Amino acid sequence: MPDFTTLSDYLEASATRSPDRPAVVDPSGETLSYRTFDERANRVANWLVSVGVQPGDRVGICLPKGINSLSCVFGILKAGGVYVPVDYTAPSERNRYIFSNCQVKAAFVDHRCTKVFEQPGDNGHMPGTIMVFGESKQWISADILAQQPTTRPKVPRRGPDDLAYILYTSGSTGLPKGVMLSQENGTSYVDWCTEVFSPTADDRFTSHAPFHFDLSILDIYVPIKHGATLYIISEELGKNAAALGPFIEQNRITCWYSVPSILSLMTQFGKLELCDCSSLRIVNFAGEVFPVKYLRRLRELWPHPRFFNLYGPTETNVCTYFEVPKHVPPEREEPYPIGKVCSHCKDLVIGDDGRPVPHGEEGLLYIAGKPVLQGYWADPERTNKAFLTFNGERYYNTGDVVRPDENGDYVFLGRKDRMVKRHGYRIELGEIEAALYKHPGVAEAAAIAFSPGGDAVTIQAVLAPKPGAKLGIIAMKQHSAATLPAYMIPDTFVFLDQLPQTSTGKIDYQALLRQARGG
Amino acid sequence: MSDVKEYLRDYILQEFLPGESRENLTDDLPLRTSGILNSIKLLQLIGHLEEKYGIAFDAHEAGNVANFDTIEGMASLVSSKKG
Repeated sequence: MPDFTTLSDYLEASATRSPDRPAVVDPSGETLSYRTFDERANRVANWLVSVGVQPGDRVGICLPKGINSLSCVFGILKAGGVYVPVDYTAPSERNRYIFSNCQVKAAFVDHRCTKVFEQPGDNGHMPGTIMVFGESKQWISADILAQQPTTRPKVPRRGPDDLAYILYTSGSTGLPKGVMLSQENGTSYVDWCTEVFSPTADDRFTSHAPFHFDLSILDIYVPIKHGATLYIISEELGKNAAALGPFIEQNRITCWYSVPSILSLMTQFGKLELCDCSSLRIVNFAGEVFPVKYLRRLRELWPHPRFFNLYGPTETNVCTYFEVPKHVPPEREEPYPIGKVCSHCKDLVIGDDGRPVPHGEEGLLYIAGKPVLQGYWADPERTNKAFLTFNGERYYNTGDVVRPDENGDYVFLGRKDRMVKRHGYRIELGEIEAALYKHPGVAEAAAIAFSPGGDAVTIQAVLAPKPGAKLGIIAMKQHSAATLPAYMIPDTFVFLDQLPQTSTGKIDYQALLRQARGG
Repeated sequence: MSDVKEYLRDYILQEFLPGESRENLTDDLPLRTSGILNSIKLLQLIGHLEEKYGIAFDAHEAGNVANFDTIEGMASLVSSKKG
């Protein structure tokens, strides 16, 4: 019996099996074969080892999507490291917090983002070594990497419980939190994908989601494991709804995966009726509710592929799934269920008393099994709170309220806390409020979320200025953009002299929601 | 060109920035790169301009940040299309 197969073993096995087949296509069009891609990742790994990175060390990635950043992902894993990808367009302050929080030993950074490392983090941490990448395909440190051997460095093999990556998500206290995911958290999910989507070496997958987003785990590892081809979609192209239909047509894409919001936009603005997307065989979406009116239209435009609604927080990755029928009835308005639990997970629905509810009743969805996170980085208290032990197994509390329908498929009913999903990202409204309070003219701040007319989620900030201060929408948008990633910037701003309060003197969110909905 | 600018200013204020003072929405204010307009709002705006002026933007023009970052940039692209 061979050792446990790690995430980076996938690449090595495919490079051995089919060295000349195309592995990765960069947004620039550059294509690397499995042999060349594996060699590039080995150079990165050898460089990391040469600068002292040891198994278990965290290594940051603050780069645009492309062959470079993907080489870093595999290079870090091959060196035994743990990769920590961030949004390179997010404010430097946020990325600095993330890298210093998990104390990255080294980092790969785009030349436009070196500000992240201009000063140490609040805890005094600075990475030992930073490699800066230049324009597009050019490695600023090309000569350094070119000197590195193309064979895999000799480092101790990683096991199933060793960390592979840390993904930071929005935290309710105003600071992002690091979800620690192990090799087996990743591989158990990839195995499940293999079972359900039956990928082959002839498949052409897209990578639409950024690497700091958990959708990227399927995008990266499923095609590489199966010797298929991965088409990396750049951040700019990924937002350009009009260009994505032609992209699918040109590259004869077979497997698509993204958040519903971009698919909704493609349906509305993408002129998909003019594109031949008949190569698609799988369309996966996850991260938020897909408004049925757009899903119905997309099903009409793309009748052939199988559509799957995948559900799961970063902490478990996908843990339930539902196959959308070929025909979406015209009278249907409610979103489709999140479906049944995946074969590599176990589920429990827990009631207010902390015990499983009778079958068919609503409650909080808990998930156990191989894909469940180890915990939050350097936060044992939060980690403890997130789990429940039941019959000797550790279950993660998703915080999502669900109820099974008559077919046993879970229906998502909402949340009990203040987390919302928008463009597939999860957002703690408290993190937005913490950012708004940093503005010198803000006395009171509240962030609320609602879905006007069953459409996508809108976030509204309600602010009361300090005496004498004048707040404007443009100024507040600019302030938000300086501290929050783009997806957290409120859509609308409302200014009041004072925020409504409950009888106990807390901000009355229900009153604000009623006002926002015009009720 | 200046008609287009004023039209854009009215439309953006009314649709995306209700309550904002007109003088704050200057011709050279970055709208996309500063987080004021997200990509969904931008698509709404592009669709509206295509309909209003009977023009069409191709995917490359729409995806180019420089074209749609400011009122100045949008007005000059619209004016060149109107011919």
